[in-house]
Amino acid sequence: MTDEPRPNEMPTVRGDVSNLKLVSRATYIKEAALKNLFLLCAFMAVAGVALIFLFVGYRGWPIFTEVGLGDFLFGQEWLPTEGLFGILPLFVGSIVVTVGALLLGTPLAVGAAVFLSEIAPPKVRTIVRPAIELLAGVPSVVYGFFGLLILRPVVADLTGGLGFGPLTAWIILAIMIVPTIATLTEDALHSIPEGVREASYAMGATTWQTISRVLLPAAKIGIVDAVILGMGRAIGETMAVLMVVGNAPGFFRGMGAPLSTLTSQIVMDMPYASGMHRTALFGMAIILFLVSMGLVLTVRLLSRLREDVS
Amino acid sequence: MRDMKRTTNALALAVFWFAGLTTVFVLGAVILYVFVNGIGHISPEFIFGQPHGVNAEGGIWPMIVSTLYVTGLAMVIVTPIAVLAAVYLAEYAVQGRLVRTIRFAADTLAGVPSIVMGLFGLAFFVEGLGFGFSVLSGAFALSFLMLPIVMRTTEEAIRSVPRYIRWGSYGLGATKWQTVSRIVLPAAMPRIITGLILATGRAVGETAVVIFTMGTMINTPVLPTDPGRSMTVHLYMMAMEGINLPAAFGTALLLMAMILFFNLSARWLLRRNRRMQG
Amino acid sequence: MTHTLAEHEPGFVPPVDAAVKIAVKGLDFFYGDFQALTDITCDIKANAVTAFIGPSGCGKSTFLRCFNRMNDLIIGSKVEGLITLDGQDIYAAGVDPVDLRRRIGMIFQQPNPFPMSIYDNVAYGPRLHGMKKKSELDEVVEMSLKRANVWKEVKDILGRGGLTLSGGQQQRLCIARVLAVQPDVLLMDEPCSAIDPTSVQKIEDLMAELKSSVTIIIVTHNMQQAARVSDDTAFFLQEVMGEPAMLVEFGRTPEIFTSPKDKRTEDYITGRFG
Repeated sequence: MTDEPRPNEMPTVRGDVSNLKLVSRATYIKEAALKNLFLLCAFMAVAGVALIFLFVGYRGWPIFTEVGLGDFLFGQEWLPTEGLFGILPLFVGSIVVTVGALLLGTPLAVGAAVFLSEIAPPKVRTIVRPAIELLAGVPSVVYGFFGLLILRPVVADLTGGLGFGPLTAWIILAIMIVPTIATLTEDALHSIPEGVREASYAMGATTWQTISRVLLPAAKIGIVDAVILGMGRAIGETMAVLMVVGNAPGFFRGMGAPLSTLTSQIVMDMPYASGMHRTALFGMAIILFLVSMGLVLTVRLLSRLREDVS
Repeated sequence: MRDMKRTTNALALAVFWFAGLTTVFVLGAVILYVFVNGIGHISPEFIFGQPHGVNAEGGIWPMIVSTLYVTGLAMVIVTPIAVLAAVYLAEYAVQGRLVRTIRFAADTLAGVPSIVMGLFGLAFFVEGLGFGFSVLSGAFALSFLMLPIVMRTTEEAIRSVPRYIRWGSYGLGATKWQTVSRIVLPAAMPRIITGLILATGRAVGETAVVIFTMGTMINTPVLPTDPGRSMTVHLYMMAMEGINLPAAFGTALLLMAMILFFNLSARWLLRRNRRMQG
Repeated sequence: MTHTLAEHEPGFVPPVDAAVKIAVKGLDFFYGDFQALTDITCDIKANAVTAFIGPSGCGKSTFLRCFNRMNDLIIGSKVEGLITLDGQDIYAAGVDPVDLRRRIGMIFQQPNPFPMSIYDNVAYGPRLHGMKKKSELDEVVEMSLKRANVWKEVKDILGRGGLTLSGGQQQRLCIARVLAVQPDVLLMDEPCSAIDPTSVQKIEDLMAELKSSVTIIIVTHNMQQAARVSDDTAFFLQEVMGEPAMLVEFGRTPEIFTSPKDKRTEDYITGRFG
């Protein structure tokens, strides 16, 4: 209770007390206009995807009509100067590089995520987590530079040759996809209720048993999502791969033999390509766009599947 | 049996420790390598000087300006659009086909390989709209790259503002826009800015997009329609040609320093904000 | 339970001919397909305190939110029936819910100061509605904080963040924030369930003082509190899960607590369920 006088008169901020105000037309229009403006902004994302598809597609379309889908996708020779635009070797190169990177990078990333979420003492965690985030921030051209000067000579000693080739690309890409996979895996592990861990420990399970038999299976779908997105990152990665892979558009001939991928070949050829060659490069961009979109779609379908299950 | 169980466990834990510490080791190795080899080359002349000669001796000032210019312009373009888009998704949108389409588009945009974005920029901004190889073309292409990142971080920031604070505002007779602009956005601001800084760091490090939109010409851009060469493109060209490696290291070091600065300031901002809210 | 009444009986007698501030007739409320409330009819008297009691999940908070149309913010919600304020239908076509909420203030269970200074919290409402002059705002802020019984504690720290106050102070700050826009009606949704007992006492005192100028409706879990502060009491009950809740009994507080007409009210008050 205060003993200060209760104020009765205050500067008034409202009009007539007894009448309910109707919605003011001006306010209504303003609010609706703002809402539509925001919707327009959100729609920029859709417009962006459509524009990319239309403009890259428009430039690349003739390759499908004039060279033909079959000769383009499944042609085994990439010899633009002789009019051979088969991207199969490049496509296979992209897959070889991506799969190798995933095989190396996934265990490392999942291991790091488990370490962060289940094992690391808080102090260690405050060092490792920012390190993983910073790894994601390192520009790909710096990774390429590092791979070119540090890894390549080591790989050259191992495999003979110059060290340009899949092995160097695998190692560099594996490092690059660690942040993507680790962060998403850690999220998946975090979403497992604490009680599940307690229940497992209470039954006498060791940390490893809890991780391998309870936590990793429970986080399975999240980890699959993470690997798919990591795959998207690896297949689309350009500069780092370009700088270490050797850029020889042929089929896989060994871990230390130069190779080329869709992305690296685009950057190599674009500065001088013209005519149908240039069209073919845009055609390759369409393929890359469709692949990345397909991966996003897969993740979406998986998450819908998961909702249906739970 | 029991020993076996214990040994397996210890072995497995060792493997996880190895995985966790490897990430730190790799980061440390990259940073240290670039630092040790680059620091000797950093000098006022290198930062503020003009390059000259066939091997681009001298400084990299035009590349620094090009990088900051194109990134800054991209941020100016993307910020209002991405933030308002996130406001729509977090505050106005009703679950339905429209929202699903927008989210799918944003995810797709986030997954588009940067080389595809580069070719798109070339086809649309450089050639289609006739902006030529220019800071403007580069900024527009980069803004498409940043859009989904800023949208997502902003939406998360807005959603983290407690619902009952909004009710307080509605309960006082505030309209939706008054509530959003006076309560929700200010409360979410530190996290929105953190997201912007991270997206900017991403744009600074981008190569494949700017090489085909801003070009490779060494030039200090003044107008948005001028061409330029970003630090990343410069580093790429120097490294691939194998000439003037010291300058490549110096460029890499400055690039890493910029990105570290962006990342650390984002973390600092987030931490300070968390502390202020108790 | 009756002993609390004896202490408070004199204060409890509301004016017999108290004007009706809010009238509810045949109200149904739906969330999508689910009907949450059915056929509620009651009169809320002006310048009195009306308490809504009942077990958790019985729809009393939902009902409260019908009065200032906060439920409009929930997609898929639907109101049927009639609610009038001073004889005017608040759900009539064209009525502005935003303006209605200024006249019918609301206090929430969780104190919810905005993340800004104490001063700006209280000045927020007046500013929304167009008050700009510093001197006027100063006056409104001071008077509102005084009316909310929190002025003494905060007058020297008006520039400090509202979130730095204790829970009870925060809740009174929220009351001041609502009073600053001068509502006729104050809706309180379990305002005391998240704060310390001393602050509860202060807020109960405050309600007794405020009811001379404001009509108060309070939702509470605490039956002693309902008995202490209210003039009228409404008892809500959802008898079967999945079925809509209803108003079981409505009347003068002393009567509800001493001689309820309905067996279910009696069971609840004597603690036999809920």
